[in-house]
Amino acid sequence: MSDLITGETGDWEVVIGLEIHAQVTTKAKLFSGAPTEFGAEPNTQVSLVDAALPGMLPVINKEVVRQAVRTGLGLGAKINLVSVFDRKNYFYPDLPQGYQISQYQQPIVGEGEVEVELEDGSEKSIGIERLHLEQDAGKSVHDLHPAKTYIDLNRSGVALMEIVSKPDMRSAAEAGAYVRKMRSILRYLGTCDGNMQEGSLRCDCNVSVRRPGEELGTRCEIKNVNSIRFVQQAIDYEARRQVEIVEEGGEIAQETRLFDPNRGETRSMRSKEDAHDYRYFPDPDLLPLEIEQSFVDALAADLPELPDAKKMRFVEQYGLAPHDADQIVEDRETAEFYESLAEGRDAKLAANWLLGELFAALNKSDNTLADSPISADGFGRLLDMISDGTISGRIAKDVFVEMFESGRDAEAIVEEKGLRQVSDTGAIEALVDGVLAENPDKIAEYKGGKDKLFGFFIGQVMKKSQGKANPALVNELMRTRLDG
Amino acid sequence: MADLLDLSLVEARAALDRGETSSVELTQVYIDAIERGAGLNAFITKTPEKALAMAEASDVRIAAGEAGAMEGLPIGIKDLFCTEGVLATAGSHILDGFKPTYESTVTANLWRNGAVMLGKLNMDEFAMGSANVTSYYGPVVNPWRAQDGGNAQLVPGGSSGGSATAVSGRLALAATGTDTGGSIRQPASFTGIVGLKPTYGRCSRWGVVAFASSLDQAGPLTRDVADAALMLGAMAGHDPKDSTSADLAVPDFSAALTGDIRGLRIGVPAEYRMDGMPGEIETLWQKGVQLMREAGAEIVDISLPHTKYALPTYYIIAPAEASSNLARYDGVRFGLRVDGDSLDEMYENTRAEGFGPEVQRRVMIGTYVLSAGYYDAYYVKAQKVRTLIRRDFDQAFETVDAILTPTAPSDAFAIGENEDDPIKMYLNDVFTVPASMAGLPGMSVPVGLSDRGLPLGLQVLAKPFDEATMLRVAGVLEQAADFDAVPAYLGGGT
Amino acid sequence: MSLDKATVQNIAHLARIRVEDERLDAMVGELNAILGWVEQLSEVDTDGVPPLASVTGHGLPMRADEVTEGDLSEKVLANAPDPAGQFYSVPKVID
Ligand SMILES: [Mg+2]
Ligand SMILES: [Zn+2]
Repeated sequence: MSDLITGETGDWEVVIGLEIHAQVTTKAKLFSGAPTEFGAEPNTQVSLVDAALPGMLPVINKEVVRQAVRTGLGLGAKINLVSVFDRKNYFYPDLPQGYQISQYQQPIVGEGEVEVELEDGSEKSIGIERLHLEQDAGKSVHDLHPAKTYIDLNRSGVALMEIVSKPDMRSAAEAGAYVRKMRSILRYLGTCDGNMQEGSLRCDCNVSVRRPGEELGTRCEIKNVNSIRFVQQAIDYEARRQVEIVEEGGEIAQETRLFDPNRGETRSMRSKEDAHDYRYFPDPDLLPLEIEQSFVDALAADLPELPDAKKMRFVEQYGLAPHDADQIVEDRETAEFYESLAEGRDAKLAANWLLGELFAALNKSDNTLADSPISADGFGRLLDMISDGTISGRIAKDVFVEMFESGRDAEAIVEEKGLRQVSDTGAIEALVDGVLAENPDKIAEYKGGKDKLFGFFIGQVMKKSQGKANPALVNELMRTRLDG
Repeated sequence: MADLLDLSLVEARAALDRGETSSVELTQVYIDAIERGAGLNAFITKTPEKALAMAEASDVRIAAGEAGAMEGLPIGIKDLFCTEGVLATAGSHILDGFKPTYESTVTANLWRNGAVMLGKLNMDEFAMGSANVTSYYGPVVNPWRAQDGGNAQLVPGGSSGGSATAVSGRLALAATGTDTGGSIRQPASFTGIVGLKPTYGRCSRWGVVAFASSLDQAGPLTRDVADAALMLGAMAGHDPKDSTSADLAVPDFSAALTGDIRGLRIGVPAEYRMDGMPGEIETLWQKGVQLMREAGAEIVDISLPHTKYALPTYYIIAPAEASSNLARYDGVRFGLRVDGDSLDEMYENTRAEGFGPEVQRRVMIGTYVLSAGYYDAYYVKAQKVRTLIRRDFDQAFETVDAILTPTAPSDAFAIGENEDDPIKMYLNDVFTVPASMAGLPGMSVPVGLSDRGLPLGLQVLAKPFDEATMLRVAGVLEQAADFDAVPAYLGGGT
Repeated sequence: MSLDKATVQNIAHLARIRVEDERLDAMVGELNAILGWVEQLSEVDTDGVPPLASVTGHGLPMRADEVTEGDLSEKVLANAPDPAGQFYSVPKVID
């Protein structure tokens, strides 16, 4: 699939690598016992350690290690039994220690791989370079005072997994698919809630352009992009910007940039212009992190079924199209909803109704499956009424709309409105005869070879039955009358 | 009974138990002594009211038969320890006004054991120094005077100089110190007292202002070895808040003082006989060796080949760690802030005014050796040499139980001396730094006087976490040396 | 390896310490003396020697995932030189 950018002077290829910062789902911070809840009053979730008061020391949270290893396993990555925490030294007011504790030369997780499905249904494998643990920084608030920046350390010390991809992506769409897939895996594992609005998942996008097949160009890093849509917008903008510069004979300056969602642009971050020299060295307050292979094995044995495996199973077990399966497994709750819906039913019908009606309705009302007014069970009973001929698929759509609005049972709606399908041969025969009696000229045309009119007769019958006539029966009887 | 100020920790503890004095009485005597000794500049912050309140509470517990190991004993605390509600300065301008809202684990242990706090003791700024001349609060004066007709004020050594002077000059029964490269042992040698640096990991570093995290250890400065054993027991212990704290039971160190070292093998490392070492140091060392032999120990010549590289290794690793540890002193959350037009100006002004020259020098060195392109050549190289230093000791301890060396290459020098030459100053720690690099326990015991009538100590080193053997050897050395000279400050040896 | 003035200024900036020009020469001298002295480590053969990771014999202890500290904002902000309500404050930073 070609995603080349056509410039004035020819085609350009965009090369993208992503660094995802995923907040590890924990009660306490990476190295302190302070809480991690979102949205608290400023500086209320800060321990003495997080504020880097003199003499304070870090002690690692075991759960973070467990979750990092599980994530590594979920990415099919190499788990490093020995990893080392380093200090990354730089001055910034939201970095109270004057250094970030991170993993530099020896991360806890090494190389792995993620399969993403692209729009056209093709698959692509994106390499994972590494996953390491590190502390989040606090928050600088610039807009509360004309001459001052305010500092809130609530996030200071929150545990992050930084997941670094290889520069394997070639378009904004691929990057979007990668982030979606990564978020899906993290949510399945329960290692990160994936909430991008709250900053639990943030992306740094490394973007460069080159002539197809040539050496990598100079890259720019767009920091802290917090939605998949913005990731794609930022990459598209940045790639075009770079192509323009290079085509005009300019050079790309390696720099850190910021995405401005209001303008849809990236711009240089002046505060980060300084050439950094982070002076990494192993944190002497911490010892090397050594874990046992048996610990890793136990976590591996206990891993949930992940999206890729689930997708394959859905394709095999339920006969779903790969693309449908992909959509259903992206979210663990959806997959679970689907499985209970498909249980004992026509699995394809279930998939069609879930991806069609329910998803459309949820989207339209800006809801997620978690807020769905229709339970899997109730939805299932609607499908049952289609399958057993109680109502037609056509009527079922109306019933669905009503269910979604009122939260009421399918049965109750069908009974109340008298929507049961008419499968009484006599009644349908009467309707068929009535329609034929009203349209002698059309019968003549039909017999004269205008086959398409068959649909017209059926439509008329359905209309007369207010949609309740069993379409198969109508079909059969009409055929007997006209052709028999 | 004798002057209360002459009692050791152990003796005072016994006198309190026998009801011969009260903690309040004892504490008041020390409060008065501190006033008289103000000229020594040992204290940065005095806490007499707090001391008397703690003493009263101790007297109640003693009466109730609930006395702790250090019950009622007034001591001084090096100002590197954070003490709740009491100014903590680390000897630096940059911690101006900083009152911790928390208590260090070591001091909390001491208070739990009943000790009474007299105040916070002067020290080299951020524990960087070997003469206690880098303190923002001015130099500390050694209670000793050289008998060379000069009567110059001498340094007490450093960085725990305030601690050493307070204990030597009878301004405190004992004191806490910290030792990164010799900061307990060297001042103990300069002031004629006992100074003990435990094994790295024996005492918690939580709540102690960090200088070099992989080296810093708290320990006691006391009048004698038995006091050191008592106080170490009250300071030490596993602390889950310090990841480098050893999860080991604290032995009964006092019980280790059997007075018997017959059959123990004591190593004498050839490499500690250094070029240019004063003859009196060599003589003192030989005296110590002889005393050990006479006490029934077996003397074993050993080799620690990388000894001479310990000091340069230290002056890479300690500044590197310090440059990072001291980054938190940025004027944002506590301490001094010197304003500037931009954030960077505020940082640079605050740290230029807040840190003294020696601290700045070490932060700069540390920044440089960690910087891109130099990290491998300096820091990694130093950590490799550190491995070799540790291996030297590991090998030596396969054949010996303890090691005996001089503590410092000289006696105390005058305030102002050595100050223009950092390296000359650094050489003070040449004998103490190797054990620091290896994380070993070491202690200094006063053994004799220099030609100028100033105290000189010998250093006993032991295996990791074998402070018990170290104390046993030190106890015998102390007894055999029978060092009973007292500083001029106390009245010329009366 | 010998430092020049520009390098020392650069280090001083990395360390966020203002060094006045009149002090720069002296500082260059002092730092070079120290670096020259530690240079003797190059004599030591360290081929195949691992850097010392720690002197303690134990591994990295781990803490349970429990919130052990409540709202410490008072304690945390107690020593702040220029607090603004519940915030610390610094001269304005422009992103
Ligand atoms: Mg990054
Ligand atoms: Zn990161």
